[in-house]
Amino acid sequence: MTALEAVLLTIITASTPLLLAAVGELVVERSGVLNLGVEGMMVMGAVCGFAGAYTTGSAAVGIVAGLGAGVAMSLVFGFLTQTLVTNQVATGLALTLFGLGLSGLIGEAFTGLPGVKLGAVHIPGLSDLPFVGPVLFGQDVLVYASIAITVLVAWVLARTRIGLVIRATGGNHHSAHALGYNVIAVRYACIAFGGACSGLAGAYLALAYTPQWIENMTAGRGWIALALVVFATWAPLRVAIGAYLFGTVWIMGLYVQGIGIGIPAQLLASLPYLVTIAALVLISGNRILTKTNTPACIGQPFVPDR
Amino acid sequence: MRKLLAVLAGLAMSLAVATVSGADKLKVGFIYVGPIGDHGWTYQHHQGLLAVEEAFGDKVETVYVENVAEGPDAERAITRLARDGAGIIFTTSFGYMDPTNKVAKNFPDVKFEHATGYKRDHPNVTTYSARFYEGRYVIGQIAARMSKSGVAGYIASFPIPEVVRGINSFLLGAQSINPDFKLKIVWVSTWFDPGKEADAAKVLIGQGADIITQHTDSTAPLQIAAEQGVVGFGQASDMIKFAPNTQLTAIIDDWAPYYVARVKAVLDGTWESMDTWDGMGPGMVAMAPYTNLPDDVVAMAKETEAKITSGEFHAFTGPIHNQEGEMVIGEGEVLDDGVLLGMNWYVKGVDDKLPQ
Repeated sequence: MTALEAVLLTIITASTPLLLAAVGELVVERSGVLNLGVEGMMVMGAVCGFAGAYTTGSAAVGIVAGLGAGVAMSLVFGFLTQTLVTNQVATGLALTLFGLGLSGLIGEAFTGLPGVKLGAVHIPGLSDLPFVGPVLFGQDVLVYASIAITVLVAWVLARTRIGLVIRATGGNHHSAHALGYNVIAVRYACIAFGGACSGLAGAYLALAYTPQWIENMTAGRGWIALALVVFATWAPLRVAIGAYLFGTVWIMGLYVQGIGIGIPAQLLASLPYLVTIAALVLISGNRILTKTNTPACIGQPFVPDR
Repeated sequence: MRKLLAVLAGLAMSLAVATVSGADKLKVGFIYVGPIGDHGWTYQHHQGLLAVEEAFGDKVETVYVENVAEGPDAERAITRLARDGAGIIFTTSFGYMDPTNKVAKNFPDVKFEHATGYKRDHPNVTTYSARFYEGRYVIGQIAARMSKSGVAGYIASFPIPEVVRGINSFLLGAQSINPDFKLKIVWVSTWFDPGKEADAAKVLIGQGADIITQHTDSTAPLQIAAEQGVVGFGQASDMIKFAPNTQLTAIIDDWAPYYVARVKAVLDGTWESMDTWDGMGPGMVAMAPYTNLPDDVVAMAKETEAKITSGEFHAFTGPIHNQEGEMVIGEGEVLDDGVLLGMNWYVKGVDDKLPQ
């Protein structure tokens, strides 16, 4: 394995959880809901993903468990904010704290146990190609899933009727309601989708990134994903660019230090944030497009007339 | 946005505070920088808390707050413990130094114990630390014996004297075996982020390091080392169960006797402000069992450990040169504690520029 190959593999690993969580949250926000509980859903996905894989010995079960945990957490959020119409910001923050606490409790029995590592996909012929093989065709299934989900979300939002309904719900829930769409049901579905993606991101952390359970192992990645969505102006492909840019600068920061180039470490640590924000602000320069992308009803509660 | 921040701050304040209620007991508070489940730094401090409970039973009541960020959050968390009636509060990370002193001023009757810092601005503040660098000298020697490439990867947190001292001591130990030994350093700017620590380990191994050591708190680097077939050392706590075929030894921080002694001093009314900096001699620093090593390397490590424990040998014994090649101290001399505590320079051979 060449040095460049190793770096690329590390970058993909670092970017994937951000992309998964961000693209899920994007759909939630496009439907007009602000769920700040990404970190909490992610960490629950991590602990349940680890627990599922550890108890059964199968990484696939772990992925399903992580996904399920994310959905379950998001439905708690959905019930509170959509059915009981609580404040979304406060509920989302509470969901994060709840997730961090509950995952610690569940994870107590699993701390320090050897994890199940999610194996790489092996495509005969392709995976053995020099250089491009391991980088493009030798990743694990969640890496491919993250890219597939991003493309799918971009296509659905832009080109399909479902996408139109989601955007209408986020853009003006009263109009969507008047047209006969069930705003609450659409939002529930989007919230669950976001939960599933966050759960997968967590499962990726506990099964592929660092195959183990460590309390609080998300270490703020949910918040980075949230920020990515906003700076990418709710556009799926930009979210992907942002996530990979963040991952690249993050890993290069470590790499450059290892070589021994004298750039202050504090600057290197802040660079991923600076570069990603700068780049996304630049490519989001088109104000009109930004405005049309911004869900006008984000964070606003909707109570249908009776 | 301001509203959001206010909500955030409010929620952060209500972070899980575990407490057992009771009157007329000495309330002993702990502030942790990471989760107890890190199985490293914070885990060891929590072992100290458990030892205090064990030693005094009904006479004390313990309270702790986990995951307290260094900085303003810390001030709120410490204030809250003080206001809740804690008689003595241990703040267990370097970054709590200023918050601890600030809060101490407002609560003159509460005893404050700050780990790894040097500021004692008020008579109710004590500082304590362990001479971790003694252990680092030993693992440096082991690294030099076990490395085939002659390059070790060092995952560092923040450029504070404690960390720089560790790097220097590690390299001095390694150079005592192999004068050409190289060290690659990556600063991750965090004490605890398993993902980032793992990334750093991968990058270092990719750049040719076949020994991984760390001054961060999670077990992730050791597990990456195991995954990639290189070896490494546990940090702060025995991490052997995370990497049974990879950990060569670990530097263990044993805070329990100190915590028990300090709480006893409060109960007896003999507590006073002081500064403690203990090493292998008093047992505050210990080495985990030597594993996955040939017998002769184990013998060498044990010999060095014994010499440091008895006080016969000091890790910072001259001649020591700084990075520019200037001699800091000559043959046979030993760096004094003042220099060690403020250490902000690398010894010769470190292939890194110290972040200032």
